[in-house]
Amino acid sequence: MSNTWYEKTAHEIRDAVRAGDVSAAEVTESCLDRIAAVDGQLKAFIDVWNDAARAQAAQVDAKIKNGEDPGPLAGVPIGLKDVLCTKQGTTTCCSQILKGYRSPFDATAVERLADAGAVFVGKLNMDEFAMGSSTENSSLQTTKNPWNLECVPGGSSGGSAAAVAGHECAITLGSDTGGSIRQPAACCGCVGLKPTYGRVSRFGLVAFASSLDQIGPFTKDVEDCALVLNAICGRDLRDSTSADLPVPDFTQALKGDVSGMKLGMPKEYFTDALGAEMREKIDTAIKVLEGQGAEIVEVSLPHTDYAVATYYIICTAEASANLARFDGVRYGYRAPGVTNVDELYRKTKTEGYGPEVRRRIMLGTYVLSSGYYDAYYLKAQKVRSLIQRDFNEAFERCDAIVTPTAPTPAFKIGEKSSDPLEMYLSDIYTISVNLAGLPGMSLPCGLTASGLPAGLQIIAKPFDEETLLRVAYTYEQNRGFELAMPAALRAQ
Amino acid sequence: MANITKADVEYVAGLAQLTLDEATKERLVAEMGDILGYMDKLNELDTTGVEPMMHVLEMSNVFRDDVVTPSLPRETALMNAPKTDGEYFLVPRILDTE
Amino acid sequence: MKYEAVIGMEVHVELNTLSKVFCGCSTNFHAPANTNVCPVCLGMPGVLPVISKRAVELSVAVGLALHCTISRWSKMDRKNYFYPDLAKNYQISQYDLPLCANGYLEIPIDGTTKRIGVTRAHLEEDTARNTHTIGGGDSGVDFNRCGVPLLEIVTEPDIRSADEAYAYLTNLKQILQYLDVSDCNMEEGSLRAEANISIRPVGTEAFGTKTEVKNVASFSGIYKAIEFEIARQQQVLEEGGTITQETRGWDADRGITFSQRAKESAHDYRYFPEPDLVPLVVDEAWEQQIRESLPELPQARRERFITAYQLSEFDAGVLTADKAMADFFEATVDAGAAAKPAANWVMGDLQKLLTERRVEIGDCALRAEDLASMIGLIEDGTISGKIAKDLLPEMLDTGKAPKLLVEEKGLVQISDSSELEAVAREIIEANPGPTADFRAGKEKALGFLVGQMMKATKGKANPKLANEIIRSELAKTE
Repeated sequence: MSNTWYEKTAHEIRDAVRAGDVSAAEVTESCLDRIAAVDGQLKAFIDVWNDAARAQAAQVDAKIKNGEDPGPLAGVPIGLKDVLCTKQGTTTCCSQILKGYRSPFDATAVERLADAGAVFVGKLNMDEFAMGSSTENSSLQTTKNPWNLECVPGGSSGGSAAAVAGHECAITLGSDTGGSIRQPAACCGCVGLKPTYGRVSRFGLVAFASSLDQIGPFTKDVEDCALVLNAICGRDLRDSTSADLPVPDFTQALKGDVSGMKLGMPKEYFTDALGAEMREKIDTAIKVLEGQGAEIVEVSLPHTDYAVATYYIICTAEASANLARFDGVRYGYRAPGVTNVDELYRKTKTEGYGPEVRRRIMLGTYVLSSGYYDAYYLKAQKVRSLIQRDFNEAFERCDAIVTPTAPTPAFKIGEKSSDPLEMYLSDIYTISVNLAGLPGMSLPCGLTASGLPAGLQIIAKPFDEETLLRVAYTYEQNRGFELAMPAALRAQ
Repeated sequence: MANITKADVEYVAGLAQLTLDEATKERLVAEMGDILGYMDKLNELDTTGVEPMMHVLEMSNVFRDDVVTPSLPRETALMNAPKTDGEYFLVPRILDTE
Repeated sequence: MKYEAVIGMEVHVELNTLSKVFCGCSTNFHAPANTNVCPVCLGMPGVLPVISKRAVELSVAVGLALHCTISRWSKMDRKNYFYPDLAKNYQISQYDLPLCANGYLEIPIDGTTKRIGVTRAHLEEDTARNTHTIGGGDSGVDFNRCGVPLLEIVTEPDIRSADEAYAYLTNLKQILQYLDVSDCNMEEGSLRAEANISIRPVGTEAFGTKTEVKNVASFSGIYKAIEFEIARQQQVLEEGGTITQETRGWDADRGITFSQRAKESAHDYRYFPEPDLVPLVVDEAWEQQIRESLPELPQARRERFITAYQLSEFDAGVLTADKAMADFFEATVDAGAAAKPAANWVMGDLQKLLTERRVEIGDCALRAEDLASMIGLIEDGTISGKIAKDLLPEMLDTGKAPKLLVEEKGLVQISDSSELEAVAREIIEANPGPTADFRAGKEKALGFLVGQMMKATKGKANPKLANEIIRSELAKTE
């Protein structure tokens, strides 16, 4: 049966499933068919869970049949970044060192989505261990941007972004350490939200940089983002850093407007480094919000220029310890023919990691090593305090901050992969948010002349995702355009 | 600072348990030099009196109670082991008693 | 040249929590390999530690007992190194902000007390165990122990001899047992001690190069290892050699230390704050609450035993050395026994019987009330001390009350004069030689005759009465 349920948003699917207009099984088949039709080109999925998805959909349908509450995400097809632990299938972070690894548990966020009635359709491609901005560092495959198959989808959650933008499923989860949700969301023209650090449990998220990582959703619209947050936020006793705060009903935040709200434009983000076309898209978006009654104020984040250096010291340091456990003793890849423990480690790690992961482990080990700790790691943690202070001061003058998500639209596959520093610098607009632990969101604000999406970033105070959603929803309702289906994927 | 030598790269590779071929070492000398050189930018800032960030949120004392919860069945614990005898994780013989 | 030793001790003690420090797995030592493990203590991808409140409280309790300053604000750190017994290839430990710092322990030495400075006590996770007995050229790793809470207690280099080191360890162990924070079983590795040893010419200040003696299974082994190491270092220096900084093992069979591995020139552990755990804040109120929950410690108890029970300093020391023994003594006194005989029985016969049987006082069937009632039976003349000595092993093994045993075995003392007079006459008749000797003025012979009376009554004769009666019978028949 051919239907277009795959094109729908999660709330449309949920409403239809709950109302009995469509079964979860039909929606699931629609998505599985779509994946079969387009993923050969997109390469967003690394593993499609056809049977498990059908089984889960059948459970939702059975609940409805029995008159039980099927949950607020009943029958919604969801894809998961391969950095999330799942009992189903494998969890590899798209690294050879975790090839074939089966997690004995589900990540808390995954558990909570399952409880909400979601149907998981598979695991999604990513930069190895979430280290990258283009998904080119996956050891498995290169994901394409649905808007231009010669371009990258952004990264590290490139598979998650491409799957939603390519309408392979309604929602995906990704992880964001320095922009890995927001930047690919901008590149692929979908909504991506990184919650406040501590809002979503990190239990079951394979750690890249523990003090920066957060799980968040990719969705087709802002309302769906609110639905996912409702399901995945909240304290988890298995994560000491998850915040013990009440979780509001985020859909209520969509009801308000932005009149009288102060939106800050950080002057350090609107420099010549921002391309003229991008600048114009952002200015237009900000005008839309201004038209809805928001007051635009200039704010300053004076340490912006130091954020990339600070970020790459802290994230590589933490990563160097977090990735030490992949040693071929308890799980994962073990190099063949090793005769002693030293060789076991060295050969396993050298053969198991890709070049970018190796490079970051080397950098992180260096900045922590004897004699360099104070100059790099400690210094970076001090500057991190300054960056957080910048935001605190800016938020005394505004309710939310609006910026571009990335300085340029998606670039061509292979274009930047030779220069790591150039790649790192493209994270300039997103990483400060992680360093300060703030919630941030990217939403599409139009297409460039070359037909690639541009992203508007909104940043709010800690645990004020409601303001984020309210601003985003107001923009979305008033932006004056609809994003069409990417041309490359039409009429498949 | 950030004048990275081959000896630095070799020392750090040793700490990280990586074996690098000559070409990779050469490349890392250049790349790490570049990146760390860029990071030296932080030295422009006077951070006297600035507390290093310990935790991004103001949190402390998150505890668990001393309660035993179920462990994994041994088959599950060993399920992913590259080498096991069904009881232990096996590794090449460890010679040092250290 | 005369040398003096400079010794610092590092003691690792496993805290006796029910569950591990960062996960809910059991700490039970005797479980089969890799059955007390979960994703967290196996360091599987995606897991996070959550710290045990109890482990922090026990650490603080030890710190307070050692007169440490408790950090108002501390944190956990990652210590990075690769080894198969380390699930994450980093150990969660404490680096620059230990929970407890700047304390001391007083040890009795040469009739006075000496203060050994305690630099710090910090909480960390124990490692897995490697087994080398697996066939096929492999070692096996058992992660049951990985994540058991471990407190590392480090002293200043204040110790000057093997005797002081031994005294430090025994006193520390006493305190840990009194606090009930660990079973301190060295054989099972729940208490592990390492000594950092160097020597220097007497009168100089600078430290010599130190060696670290590890993997010693007993306090006496550490004593011997330190003695050996001091002598060895002295010999090396006297022969014009230099000491190599290294880790040395102890070969108990040969009584020597041996080089294990030259300390890697730089252990570069790359410590940094553990981002998965939030800071620990022990405020004044919490510290006070833990302080108030501390039991009486050995030193205080020793002093109380001397004043409250009029025991000698020696007896008080022996009784309080082992908390269980001291508890048993006090329970015996509480059950009505006089302190002095109770102390004598506990330190003497009871201790001997326990040692013979290799059981702890808490694990045998004897109850303090029964020991008290046995002492009562002696006091009131129901049984003799000799009978009591025979009864005690059975009480210990069976848990039967002494009164019951006395009745069962018909061991009630014979205090009936006419019955004993008859026995005395028989003994005199049967032993003309000693009788004549006594009458000739040899007092010693009386002892023999009394002994014969005891024998004839199977020990049931009241010894005092038997003595009197045989004297009078000897006088009568003269």
